[in-house]
Amino acid sequence: MAQVETKGLTKLFGGVNAVDNIDLMTQEGEFLVLLGPSGCGKTTLLRMIAGLEEPTSGEVLIGGRVVTNQPPRVRNIAMVFQSYALYPHMTVFKNIAFPLQTRGMKKDDVRKKVEWAAGMFGIGKLLDRKPRELSGGERQRVAIARAMVRNPSIFLLDEPLSNLDAKLRTSAREELQQFQKRVGITTLYVTHDQVEAMGLGDRIVVMNKGRVRQIGVPREVYQKPADTFVASFLGSPPMNLIEWGHLLMGFRPEHFLPVEVKASNAESNVVRFEFEVTWVEDLGSDRLVYGDIGHQCAHRHVISKIPANVGVFIEGGKTYSFAVAREDLRFFDRETGLHTDTTPL
Amino acid sequence: MDVSDGASITQKLPPERSRFGRLLDNERLLASLMIAPAILYIGVMVGFPFSLAILYSLSDATTGNQTLHFVGLRNYIDVLGDPVFRKSLLNTFFFSLCSQALVLVLSKILALALVRNFRGKRLVRFLILLPWTAPISLGTIGWLWMLDSIFSPFDWILRKMGLLGAPDALFGPLSNLYWLGEPSLAMLSVILVHTWRMLPLATVILLAGLTSIPHEILEAAEIDGAGFWRRLFRITIPLMLPIMTIALLFGIVFTFTDMTVVYVLTRGGPVHSTQVLSSWAFFKGIEGGDLAQGAAVAVFLFPMLAGVAALMLKLAHRTEVA
Repeated sequence: MAQVETKGLTKLFGGVNAVDNIDLMTQEGEFLVLLGPSGCGKTTLLRMIAGLEEPTSGEVLIGGRVVTNQPPRVRNIAMVFQSYALYPHMTVFKNIAFPLQTRGMKKDDVRKKVEWAAGMFGIGKLLDRKPRELSGGERQRVAIARAMVRNPSIFLLDEPLSNLDAKLRTSAREELQQFQKRVGITTLYVTHDQVEAMGLGDRIVVMNKGRVRQIGVPREVYQKPADTFVASFLGSPPMNLIEWGHLLMGFRPEHFLPVEVKASNAESNVVRFEFEVTWVEDLGSDRLVYGDIGHQCAHRHVISKIPANVGVFIEGGKTYSFAVAREDLRFFDRETGLHTDTTPL
Repeated sequence: MDVSDGASITQKLPPERSRFGRLLDNERLLASLMIAPAILYIGVMVGFPFSLAILYSLSDATTGNQTLHFVGLRNYIDVLGDPVFRKSLLNTFFFSLCSQALVLVLSKILALALVRNFRGKRLVRFLILLPWTAPISLGTIGWLWMLDSIFSPFDWILRKMGLLGAPDALFGPLSNLYWLGEPSLAMLSVILVHTWRMLPLATVILLAGLTSIPHEILEAAEIDGAGFWRRLFRITIPLMLPIMTIALLFGIVFTFTDMTVVYVLTRGGPVHSTQVLSSWAFFKGIEGGDLAQGAAVAVFLFPMLAGVAALMLKLAHRTEVA
């Protein structure tokens, strides 16, 4: 187990800052998720920590030791690639045994270790098969078993669930988190899927254009986004942002509900809006209501997400009274997009 | 569905095709038509001469008299009893194995170097491909000059370095090595020139194989703690085995059947020390006029090459990894 730290880590690709001056520090045994859209630099950051990419400037420290210019094999890290990168010509057994053999472990010990790892991930029956004879979920387990078998100090995962179908992804997510908690190895996990990030991460690092926009526990990142990028990247549908004087006002669709639902709140604690509904989408568990508020301001198109157990009848083409609790309103600077504590209401 | 719906659907169908158009839609016919030129080519250019060679080898035909009298396997028995033939057979194996071993190792090194990015990579790739694009005989004539018994630049370099032409020099006191006049040096020259000739093709084949290995697999091996040699022998080479087998198969067939290098450089000499089966078949059958025995020598190669090809393809199939 170890901590990972980056100091001013920067990577230039042909003059473009793929990773721009990133300072990051994990806690021991932490599950840290790097979240951002494609091309935001999260994978490049992970690859620099792994030693597969040389930083343009800055430092990488693992367990307090500077490893910036050292090859991957001396960093004692394990990595699971998006494609799993299993060795196609080797059986599952040999795949898992490979990292042990490179360390010169004795044959008997290798066998014991491989069987232990295979048992842990329920792939004991697959040891004689080649990767091409495995399903997507089985390949993913083999990749994780291969990564874990030699007790690495850091565990790096690059979108390991993105090749699985939706149902399998949910169960794999659960297994992965439980496994990580059990072994307690510091884990860095790259994903562009906010659901994975929210569900898996002890903390989330939200990245955009090579920079860190916010670091925090999932609830904090979701409830108190540091800027409009984080606000609109997280959440499905994303936070509603409307112009409000010299600021931008934001509120989550699930907080924007008919006044009947908000009736329990004292009148002074809610802000009311006249909501012209244009379109209602019934998703089964929720209803998404699209429409406009307040004629006077631009960016007035908003979405409301109403749980299925709220029976209020709503249809397109009519206007309803909706409300948001004051505590659920967020304000951002219009110029910088940064969160501000000023509340004009 | 009501009737008017059905009518509107029929109207949307494309108009009736002409008879020719319908013929072209027939995939079996189209497939036969497309493969026909290849079959015709193989039949005329390979099948006919091959059958003729078998026919000749069982007869007593000469360049002067091509009337065929069937003599059974007499030509084969005679050929096997001929010491020059046995020498040529051994030489063919020695020459092929040595040059292929060299080609395989060198092309692997070249491919590994060329897969990386460096300045002037395109120029180097072009230069490496050059021997393949020049006609064999032309390239070999260039080598004939370089290995000349008096004016060889290699001898000149060795002399300048003090390795040749002095009483205590490493390569002897004579002013020249006589590359093509000394039996072992002549064999070495033929092998090296052939290696030079085959290297580009093998390099390109291996380069294609190398670039087809997913980068992440090599990175995974690096993270798993494997250094350069372990990655080479446990990952790269096993993954390239099928394509290396193909390169080797091509190389062996080309080397076994090629006579240009030998013909231009040494004409099989000195004293048949570089004679190979294909050159011996040519000297015996065409220059010597004994068509029947020449054909027997040439056909002798066939079962062996067919065996090699079958074995290699089977190996390639078994090691297929994708």
